[in-house]
Amino acid sequence: MRSPLVVETVFTVGPVPITEPVLVTWGLIAVVALLAAAAKRSLSLRPSPAQAALEVVVSIVQSHITETMRVASAPYVALIGTLFIFILLANWSSAIPGIEPPTAYIETDAALALIVFLAVIFYGIRVRGPLAYLRTFAEPTLLMVPLNIIETFTRTFSLIVRLFGNVMSGMFIVGIVLSLAGLLVPIPLMALELLIGAVQAYIFAVLAMVFIGHAVGEPGKPKRSQGIMT
Amino acid sequence: MNWLEIVSVIAAAIAVSFGAIGPALAEGRAVAAAMDAIARQPEAAGTISRTLFVGLAMIETMAIYCLVIALLVLFANPFLR
Repeated sequence: MRSPLVVETVFTVGPVPITEPVLVTWGLIAVVALLAAAAKRSLSLRPSPAQAALEVVVSIVQSHITETMRVASAPYVALIGTLFIFILLANWSSAIPGIEPPTAYIETDAALALIVFLAVIFYGIRVRGPLAYLRTFAEPTLLMVPLNIIETFTRTFSLIVRLFGNVMSGMFIVGIVLSLAGLLVPIPLMALELLIGAVQAYIFAVLAMVFIGHAVGEPGKPKRSQGIMT
Repeated sequence: MNWLEIVSVIAAAIAVSFGAIGPALAEGRAVAAAMDAIARQPEAAGTISRTLFVGLAMIETMAIYCLVIALLVLFANPFLR
């Protein structure tokens, strides 16, 4: 059985090996960018059905951000929405025959979690200022500094492992059932995997919101922590 | 197949099976509590279910950790070089 922790190289560009998940990721980026450009070109005040559907998605993202982070959603919609749409499409790309979801490989998840890790620091410093952001690490008491620093890394790690474990195990289970039971039997499991992919994309986006919201803090009372923490 | 590989397979099975017990019980309790809360306060269903999803993801991470450990034991075992 092939190890899920190893990826094969498709071809190399100079010294850089290009693997299959990278190719799928590029394809997804191209598809999303082309669709977004096409949707942006035909914007109008009387929306077409496609534009209305996209506006529903954007307004759902906005309302989730305002409810979870309790701040104005404008600076975060692009990041959170892009994360959600990309992970959703990446998880659902397993429905196309011959394509394995890039999120089933730990490198893609590590890149996504690294984006969240850097965004937390960026927004925390931009909203609070560097010193006030550093002070949040000593928030309940000074004794919590090591734990808060460790937590910053462990929650990034758990973001990686959660997405990787869910998507990869779904792929694995479908493969095992297919090899044991044969054609058409794993179809319910594939449907379940689509559901899991959607839930994991949602959870990744919500956790990114929670982490950024924790770093940004409520504007009225910056000392109080809010939301859910790991 | 030497004894180290046999022990690795058994250890992976034990890690996943016992590691799944705790998160399974915890997820059951969390969902039951959320159902209770939604039944009492249906108007708060949106907030409760969002928090429930995030909480379930947190709990589920423990089981996923066990799965990753099992995969490491099976596919990236440092003693089986």
